[in-house]
Amino acid sequence: MHELSIVAGLFETLLEQARTHGARKVTTVTLRVGKLSGVVPELLESAFDMYKKGTIAGEAKLWVVDIPLRIRCRACGTESDIQSWVFLCGACTSPDLEILQGTDMVLERIELETDDPPAG
Amino acid sequence: MATKDVIVLADLLGTNKKIAADIRGELERRGILAVNLLSSPGAGKTTLLEQIAVRLRETSRMAVIEGDIETERDAERIRAKGVPAWQITTGGACHLEAKMIAKVLPQVPPDVEYLFIENVGNLVCPASYELGESLRIVLLSTPEGDDKPKKYPKAFTTSDVLVLSKADLLPYLPFDIERAKAEALELNPRLRIFIVSAVTGQGVDELIAFLSEKRRELQAPHA
Repeated sequence: MHELSIVAGLFETLLEQARTHGARKVTTVTLRVGKLSGVVPELLESAFDMYKKGTIAGEAKLWVVDIPLRIRCRACGTESDIQSWVFLCGACTSPDLEILQGTDMVLERIELETDDPPAG
Repeated sequence: MATKDVIVLADLLGTNKKIAADIRGELERRGILAVNLLSSPGAGKTTLLEQIAVRLRETSRMAVIEGDIETERDAERIRAKGVPAWQITTGGACHLEAKMIAKVLPQVPPDVEYLFIENVGNLVCPASYELGESLRIVLLSTPEGDDKPKKYPKAFTTSDVLVLSKADLLPYLPFDIERAKAEALELNPRLRIFIVSAVTGQGVDELIAFLSEKRRELQAPHA
């Protein structure tokens, strides 16, 4: 259960961004979570709800986008998603693979409310 | 009032990765092979390190960083073998992070050749945190069962070496060693597998020979 320490790190970035952009409120937070990121999205959500209380993101909604584990075969160049945890190329079964995405957790975007007059 | 959509694209483990990369750079430059050991509690990490210590201390300089939630016990066991050891107690956290290693590093003597970092016993969380190691070893002990690799995929896909430990118990357990190996290799075809018993000493010399080969590669990386 290291989701709490990940969310603690997330909030450092989040609050910094909110300050930079003069936010009054953070309304949504979108994370991209790889299949091999090592976190459980549900636990991330619970940790987020616990952590947000009393912050500028107190009413923020968390969106977690699941990212599949995508690889490129170094032998035949084919790109495919890893299924059932078998790390072989889907086309030629080579084990010589480069992981393209699906190992990280990324804070993709946040939606803020500011005191600025509406644009346009 | 206006709404703003801000694209951030920040890696949530970015800070840890950066500290780990700095540690790796420094240790490799100093010719120190850093090894991160992962397993569930009780798989035999400390016992394996004791066995490595009694063999390696004659010819090489090694040191150990121990990670646990509480107690100094593991570091004491390693020191009893005549090897310097530092204990990190996380006070509840389920894994070590690179910044904890960075704090201990200044105490590691400059002539050390092998630095072992024993992670908190846990097959889940430690897998997400690089500590600056050049080599990651995951242990799976035979009493845990041969079906574990795919239940804990990240630990096995991010490791370089799998140690199947407590091999002396194989005659008494329904552990299918070929199944465990096959499953681990599906997850990670590059995994080097060693079958080890810290009781009989089986496989320990082979593992040490592999580690010393890895250390030589560090010293002549761009030959």
